[in-house]
Amino acid sequence: MSVVALRSAKRSAAVLAAIAASTSVLTGCGSSQATGNSSSASGGSIKGQSITLYSGQHAQTVDALVKDFQSRTGVKVNVRSGDEAELANQLLTEGSASPADVFLAENPPALTTLEQKGLLTKANASTLAAVPSGDSSPKGDWVGVSAREAAFVYNTGKLQAGQTPTSVKDLASSAWKGKLGIAPSETDFAPIVTRVIKAEGEGAAKAWLEGLKANSKVYGSNEDLVAAVNRGEVEGGVIDHYYWYRLRDEQGASGVHSALGYFKQGDPGSLVDVSGAGILSSSKHQAAAQALLAYLTSKPAQQIIANSHSYEYPLAAGVQNTKVDRPLKDVGAVVPASDLGDGKQALQLLQSVGLLS
Amino acid sequence: MSTLRPLVRPSLPPVLRWRAGRALPLVAGLVALVVACPLVFIGLQAGRSGWDSAGRLLERPLVGTLLWHTVSLTAAVTAAALVLGFTAAYLVERTDLPGRRAWTVALAMPLAVPEFVHGYCWVSLIPSVQGYWGAVLVMTSSLYPLVFLPVAATLRHSDAAAEEVARSLGHGRLATLWRVTLPQTRPALAGGALLVSLYLLGEYGAFAMLRFTTFATAIYTEYETAFDTESASILTLVLVALALLVVSLDARAARRGRVVREGTTARPCAPQPLGRWKAPAVAGLAGVVGTTLGVPVYALVYWTMRGNSSTLPSTSILSATAATLGYALGAAAIATAAAVPVALYAWRRATRLARAVERAVYLTRALPGIAVALAVVFFAIRYAQPVYQQPPLLVAGYAMLFFPLALTAVRASLAHVPHGVEDAARSLGVRPLAVLARVTLPLILPGLGAAFAMVALTASTELTATLLLRPTGTETLATQFWIYTTDLAWGAAAPYAAVMTALSIPAVVLLTRRTLGTPRPSKGMR
Repeated sequence: MSVVALRSAKRSAAVLAAIAASTSVLTGCGSSQATGNSSSASGGSIKGQSITLYSGQHAQTVDALVKDFQSRTGVKVNVRSGDEAELANQLLTEGSASPADVFLAENPPALTTLEQKGLLTKANASTLAAVPSGDSSPKGDWVGVSAREAAFVYNTGKLQAGQTPTSVKDLASSAWKGKLGIAPSETDFAPIVTRVIKAEGEGAAKAWLEGLKANSKVYGSNEDLVAAVNRGEVEGGVIDHYYWYRLRDEQGASGVHSALGYFKQGDPGSLVDVSGAGILSSSKHQAAAQALLAYLTSKPAQQIIANSHSYEYPLAAGVQNTKVDRPLKDVGAVVPASDLGDGKQALQLLQSVGLLS
Repeated sequence: MSTLRPLVRPSLPPVLRWRAGRALPLVAGLVALVVACPLVFIGLQAGRSGWDSAGRLLERPLVGTLLWHTVSLTAAVTAAALVLGFTAAYLVERTDLPGRRAWTVALAMPLAVPEFVHGYCWVSLIPSVQGYWGAVLVMTSSLYPLVFLPVAATLRHSDAAAEEVARSLGHGRLATLWRVTLPQTRPALAGGALLVSLYLLGEYGAFAMLRFTTFATAIYTEYETAFDTESASILTLVLVALALLVVSLDARAARRGRVVREGTTARPCAPQPLGRWKAPAVAGLAGVVGTTLGVPVYALVYWTMRGNSSTLPSTSILSATAATLGYALGAAAIATAAAVPVALYAWRRATRLARAVERAVYLTRALPGIAVALAVVFFAIRYAQPVYQQPPLLVAGYAMLFFPLALTAVRASLAHVPHGVEDAARSLGVRPLAVLARVTLPLILPGLGAAFAMVALTASTELTATLLLRPTGTETLATQFWIYTTDLAWGAAAPYAAVMTALSIPAVVLLTRRTLGTPRPSKGMR
């Protein structure tokens, strides 16, 4: 009995200290003076609450983030790790009865769909202010947490560094016939199509997709595609940069026969895609959920993302990724999430040319 | 042919029929209703869709191509599985092939390798296995045991006399095979073909890995890229129509072949000498086992040795194993128990309604896993909120998904029970429930064991529904494997697949024993 009592006394002391620490951290990192208000105001009341996070993100990084958040706030987070698309379908089916409090997605379309169905609630202004405004929903229903960049992965036995395309539009030219791989069913691919539609119009985008289709082998996932490029089955393909870094980790230096090239600044293929998080309007723990969102965009969390093996870019000012060779600023202007929308137009175009079933 | 006779049911005195039949249709109907929940969900969702979007989806020229892919692949794999399954069963049960016991277990073993592990192993080792022929190869090698096991069981249980008579009347070996042996196994072949083809209609994951698109691909696109449940449901209705076609074909095939043995014990057949065909037969079977089992085992060992992420698996592998076992065994028990009333109802009453109820539950098997899982989410969150994302829900989801497997096994074992047995026991004054407990159930015990093993085996490797229905924070071996492979951490993933496979071995051995073991009718008749 006494041991239990002692332990719980110790724990609550630790929790109080952690909250004090987290509040100061959260207050310190934002650009707005309002940062951390919600968590400091409700800090006492959220301690001991438990919330549920539906996460379509890299499980190990989310694990590290959640552990840190728990120790700072005393809020227990139950993580439901799954496939982003399946989780989105689950949330849509659950509707207002969902046990989820926060949804952490990989790409904007899933969040935008939930937003359109009215299932999300606004993130605190201070949280939204912690990352560049273009990285979050224009309506403020979800906030950007991290980012990945579209890149051209190529087999180093078949192409030299200088031979990679500078524009994603070049990939439709007949010079690439039979040499490319694409994974159009991945949620990362549609945003590029959206960008081409924006830049060139729907007709030109369709012609481009038809050219791309004629040149390419279609793969079921980016994981399959990057592995196929690495073993030389195709010469190159468009993926998000982090797939190649994870492949490098797994294969080791001797097993890597591929490298990343990038499209030139301003090209539709030069694209940074945001992973964001939103709070379910049905959540019964709004304060704790807001605290988690505030934490995810705070410096300590962004530092964990920057150092993790998910190889994503952190979004908060002043946090640099040390694991990726190319700094985010070299990418050029980040496309505002509002430009990408829910991706329906790109999807229908992909379906009409037969790249998607 | 004197020992084979077409099924004739002696009629029961009306009073007895009323007493015996009171509860059974009710229970069977209830089970069928629960299993058909996903169909109701699909119907509800499809009804909410505008016909515009349905038309836009269905009128694409691509839809025709995808339907053709689905139909041609289903036909090819089913045919290949029938030929391979029957040939292997004939060699093991009817010839003097050396090492027949060992071959039996080895030939059933691909059931222990989950389909997505099959796909992943082939693709990661032999990337040229792709497209239509790749899909035919991989699916045939993972699904043929569904034909092999029931056919082997039928051959072992059927009386050798008919074949001996045929031979003594001057039929050659091939003519006997074609005119006597094959017709005897028709119900088993039909049951196996039904499971294989329904499975292929809704399969998605393995085909995505093999770069082959089918109609299910279009359904997944609507779910996973467009987040459009309504359109997905419209497309799923097309699959349901295909499944109806398959089920009715099976009904015809099975009806034509319904034969029962008159005596209670089968006399074993003297093995046919293979002669100079012995070496080719052994080489052929070795090729089948090497392909279907060798590739996955080799790939798992390769990635464990080669991948940088390989470490000694953490303790989480223990909790994942425990969770997997618990859910799979629970589902197996429930699905088997639920299959008994449905199978009994259809067996006792050869009415059109009874048959319709029995066949309707097979349709669920053709639905994509995500549709079944979302249906469970839909109904549970509205009508069973307290168990939502609790262990019972996942168990229920598995039981629903794999009910047809249990039903097939129970149905197959009932086919061997002489029809008069229950009536005889009842006419001696035994009450219906006691007849069930003391006569019928002991007679179909092997079938119950096979049903249990089959469901446990399949449930322990299920992924899509597990991701949606498991309790938050719980990982099974399949979900953990999936989490690592989406990180490209094949080395870390491999041990989970290996444990999944190792766990399945006892189930496969049980399955072969239960399916093939000689029934002991005397025990029930005491």
